[in-house]
Amino acid sequence: MHYSPAPMHIPDGFLSVVVSLLLWAVSLAVLGYALRRINQELGERQAPLMGVLAAAIFAGQMLNFTVAGGTSGHLLGATLATVLLGPWAAMLVMTCVVGVQALIFQDGGLLALGANIFNMGIVGVLVSYFAYRTIQKLAGGRSWGVYVGGFGAAWLSVFVAALATALELAFSGTSPANVAVPAMGAIHALIGIGEGLITVGALAFLAAARPELLRRQAVQGATGRIVWAVGLIIALALAVLSPLASTHPDGLEWVAEQQGFIERAQSPLFELIPDYVFPGISNEALATIVSGVIGTVVVFFVALGIALSRRRRARAAAS
Amino acid sequence: MHVHFLDAYRPRPSVVHALDPRVKLVLALAFILAVALTPIAAWPAYLLLAALGFSAVLLSELGVGFVLKRSALALPFVLAALPVLVTARGAALWSIALPGWTLVISDAGMQRFLSILLKSWLSVQMAVVLAASTPFPHLLLAMRAIGIPRLIVATFGLMWRYLFVLVDEALRLLRARAARSGDPASAAGRKRAGGSVAWRARVVGGMAGNLLVRSFDRGERIYAAMAARGYDGEVRTFPLPPIPAGQRLILAAGVVLLMLLVGVGYLS
Repeated sequence: MHYSPAPMHIPDGFLSVVVSLLLWAVSLAVLGYALRRINQELGERQAPLMGVLAAAIFAGQMLNFTVAGGTSGHLLGATLATVLLGPWAAMLVMTCVVGVQALIFQDGGLLALGANIFNMGIVGVLVSYFAYRTIQKLAGGRSWGVYVGGFGAAWLSVFVAALATALELAFSGTSPANVAVPAMGAIHALIGIGEGLITVGALAFLAAARPELLRRQAVQGATGRIVWAVGLIIALALAVLSPLASTHPDGLEWVAEQQGFIERAQSPLFELIPDYVFPGISNEALATIVSGVIGTVVVFFVALGIALSRRRRARAAAS
Repeated sequence: MHVHFLDAYRPRPSVVHALDPRVKLVLALAFILAVALTPIAAWPAYLLLAALGFSAVLLSELGVGFVLKRSALALPFVLAALPVLVTARGAALWSIALPGWTLVISDAGMQRFLSILLKSWLSVQMAVVLAASTPFPHLLLAMRAIGIPRLIVATFGLMWRYLFVLVDEALRLLRARAARSGDPASAAGRKRAGGSVAWRARVVGGMAGNLLVRSFDRGERIYAAMAARGYDGEVRTFPLPPIPAGQRLILAAGVVLLMLLVGVGYLS
């Protein structure tokens, strides 16, 4: 009788042992850090407060609304938890929700629990946090920042968590990347809209009834870092969509093939990642994703380096 | 109205129910790990693991129908593995002609798909037996024993304590909404939800926000009540008695048996 909000809880048997254990390790490490931060911020009221809020998010996932015909939309809750509690406590809250769903309802496997915590608790919360803070900064404190930020953060958290799930299935060899990614992405792009609308409704209620709860997490972190992190995460998400990109060769290559001068192109001096396919990975779609991710990370760090050097130069010029 | 469906525990006078929760948790996790480690298409190993799982179900006296019904929850996710039927490379088994293109199911794909199906089904059955034969507070003690940090176990425990209360509150919110919703098309015999999808979603959002605000206040009150009774942030539990020798033997035998079955899987 338990309503499962989104088909994102991976059961056992779908992930390879390597992927499951790796994600367990990552989840435990991040949760360990989150615990220390929570201890600093909340102190001894952490257990009762987070326990009750975890129960509230779990209960909130039962509130549904009719979408069309027999389908209904539900809440995942990562964004609301992040807005109310901040990222670290929200991670622990979502971990409890996902954990109880796995242990008691078998909604998600026990070995795959690390992966489910990673997708819904860690990725969902982090993406929500960065998207929400960025949109709020862009709004400059105006009231629409809360609502647009809430919608954007909710949609993005559901979407990116779904992409992460699809990637994990692809790495385990359960589902080929060029089927899993578009399928999960498309379904959750729609589900994310419902999540966004519910989140906006909840934030509207909170803004009217208890505005101080929304402003608790107001001042944290440097602006620049957040925007960069947001950009990175979104760019990574887009990199995953690269297999969806047209399989036609890009414009110049096509023209070259038509006109017959493609033979004249010299091969480059060195080939690191030739033709955007990472050497060594046999599944072509997966190889494209990996090279897309690596390319994005490299570009990001180059941009970071340029920005830092420019800032240093500006500081030197000012002093 | 009270919520009963949340508790998975079903008390029975069975051998499995009488086992120490630590033994059960470790054996269940070891079984799931063994199933995950068994290579694709190692059918003898899968058969033996299924026999082991089935005997656990029988010994727990939970009822085969009950376990099968609850383990059906993992089935919808099988759709995610369907593409592997046609994308794995191997000798062709079947061809399905669809308008536009033909799908060829290979034998390697079929083996892979069936293995994933079996792994998933066996794992979820063991998880059902674990959850239905162990009261949740005992599960928490077992989790603490295998090394999960105290704060996480304490949060789980408090979540469990207030889950029923808050789910009741959510059900009351749903009932209040139903009571205030007219039945617009009852004369025509059709039920149609009112307003737009966006409006309905925002109403649910308001309900969720309401629930969260009440829970926030409730959490603060609970903390104050705990502090007034001497809570200092340290969660102390009464330690479980040491595991009796007979159960230690069962635990060791179970782990060895599972390792042997994984070995059989790799040999066949």
